[in-house]
Amino acid sequence: MSLAQPSGFLKDLMTVARRAVRTLPREPEAIIPAMLIPMFFFAVNIGALQDVAESQGPPDFDFKAFQLPVAIIFAVTGVSRANTLVTDIQTGYLDKMLITPVKRSALLLGMMIADIVLVLGLSSLVTVVGFVVGVRFETGILGVLAFLLLSSAWGLAFTGFPYAVALRTGNPAAVNSAFLIFFPFAFLTSAFVPLDGLTSWLRTIARFNPVTYLLEALRSLISEGWVVESLLKGLGAVGGVGLVTFTLAFSALNRRVKTG
Amino acid sequence: MSESAITASGLARSFGDNQAVKSVDLAVERGEIYGFLGPNGAGKSTTVRMLCTLLRPTGGTATVAGFDVVEGADDVRLRIGVALQEASLDEKQTGREVLELQGRMYGISGSTLSNRITEVVDFVDIGGAIDDFVGTYSGGMKRRVDLATALLHEPEVLFLDEPTTGLDPASRAKVWEEVRRLNTELDITIFLTTQYLEEADALAGRVGIIDDGLIVAEGSPVDLKRNVGADLIVATVNAAPNELASVSDAVRRLAQVTDVSVHNNEVTVSATDGAAVVNDFVVALNAGGLRADTLTLRTPTLDDVFLQVTGQRLVVDDGNSDGEAAA
Repeated sequence: MSLAQPSGFLKDLMTVARRAVRTLPREPEAIIPAMLIPMFFFAVNIGALQDVAESQGPPDFDFKAFQLPVAIIFAVTGVSRANTLVTDIQTGYLDKMLITPVKRSALLLGMMIADIVLVLGLSSLVTVVGFVVGVRFETGILGVLAFLLLSSAWGLAFTGFPYAVALRTGNPAAVNSAFLIFFPFAFLTSAFVPLDGLTSWLRTIARFNPVTYLLEALRSLISEGWVVESLLKGLGAVGGVGLVTFTLAFSALNRRVKTG
Repeated sequence: MSESAITASGLARSFGDNQAVKSVDLAVERGEIYGFLGPNGAGKSTTVRMLCTLLRPTGGTATVAGFDVVEGADDVRLRIGVALQEASLDEKQTGREVLELQGRMYGISGSTLSNRITEVVDFVDIGGAIDDFVGTYSGGMKRRVDLATALLHEPEVLFLDEPTTGLDPASRAKVWEEVRRLNTELDITIFLTTQYLEEADALAGRVGIIDDGLIVAEGSPVDLKRNVGADLIVATVNAAPNELASVSDAVRRLAQVTDVSVHNNEVTVSATDGAAVVNDFVVALNAGGLRADTLTLRTPTLDDVFLQVTGQRLVVDDGNSDGEAAA
């Protein structure tokens, strides 16, 4: 008689997550660029624009505080285990897991847990760099926590895109191309200049970009205090994107594991 | 619950217009080693993927360990172990981590899991390398770990999809020994696909020969070979097809000859007593103005069975052989 028995969803989730988290430090080639790129942009943007921005802006305008959420977006957007998933598909390891009774949704959600761990790590690191260069939070320690959680929620919401592409195509090149969607999200927004300072066409586009509301929510935690309206809008933007990407990803998963 | 380990009735699978498996009927008893023999592309792997719940049949039904592969897929999964053709493992984990992950996916944990890992590591003889990264393993080592993952939860039915394709003879012999031990010591039903005739002959209690998506012959290796004839005289004769055909007709009329077949320049005579026929056969050739370049008298092999039922010899495709030596 077989020793195997069905295990619950949570156990399956932890099993898959354990593997994904364990792999994180074994892939420095993926993590080091994700750490360096936001630092690079943070430094360059401040170096290039701080004096201009602060001389043009309101008297107490702090460009470093204004840029910190942008660095966070650069750090966490597009971080995912989608390449691992593609490798699993290509090598047949996914099939090997599908032969076991493991819950299908746990195979994807488990990887996302590793994404949350990494995204939290990256946003904490960027936030610490922000502290080092003198950024302070109006909302105190709780605000820092809210800032990290909201950033991580965005990172997680965005992962649905690369996972959907990975599961649909099983193709690493396609997954890498999916990263391109990062650019309109990250740049067609109030990343460098407040919304009101944008030219009218970019302002129009930025108003439809959920990242604009995420940035405003994150900035409000640093510079303004607890502004409920900003936070709700930010949460709504993250939730909306997450709803779309998770729908795409889980329908792609269903299609992939459907045995017909 | 059925007593058979595996049953299939009219099992079929199409991919668009391509009928990979046309109709397969199976009845594999518990405790049996069933050899599923056929050339590359015959439908072996597709059949295995359907029986392992990885692929939904487009026709027919199948049960494994008493459960329907579609309706009872979860029940089937709890009771089967599978080593697919390519030993696919996560290269960034150690062998032990791969086994732990596999065990947990089967709901095994704690000391039961660690004890089982010790047992299977010992069984497949991996030794201390189990704590090395899979990425450092040779092809043969990966297959061993893959086999260990398939055995971890003590499955009732084990599917081995071409377990020795690409292995050198020494490694192949070691795998055969393991398969026999699994069957005799652990009483596991084994469904083994292979494109090696000698493998099916050496291991399987019964063999099903699949060609072009259909089972064309089934039985114990002994019975299958007996159907070809007690003895075979195989001669290579350099002659035109019409000359060979007329001589074949003459040979067919000889006493004790049960069948004559011609493939290219090879004439195969099946006879109840080959030694008694060989002289008359040579005389018949000479009478037709022909002579044999080579002449062999032997007992039939599964290759002869394959030739008889499919009309061609089994061509083995080793794929990307990694030439792995026994570890």
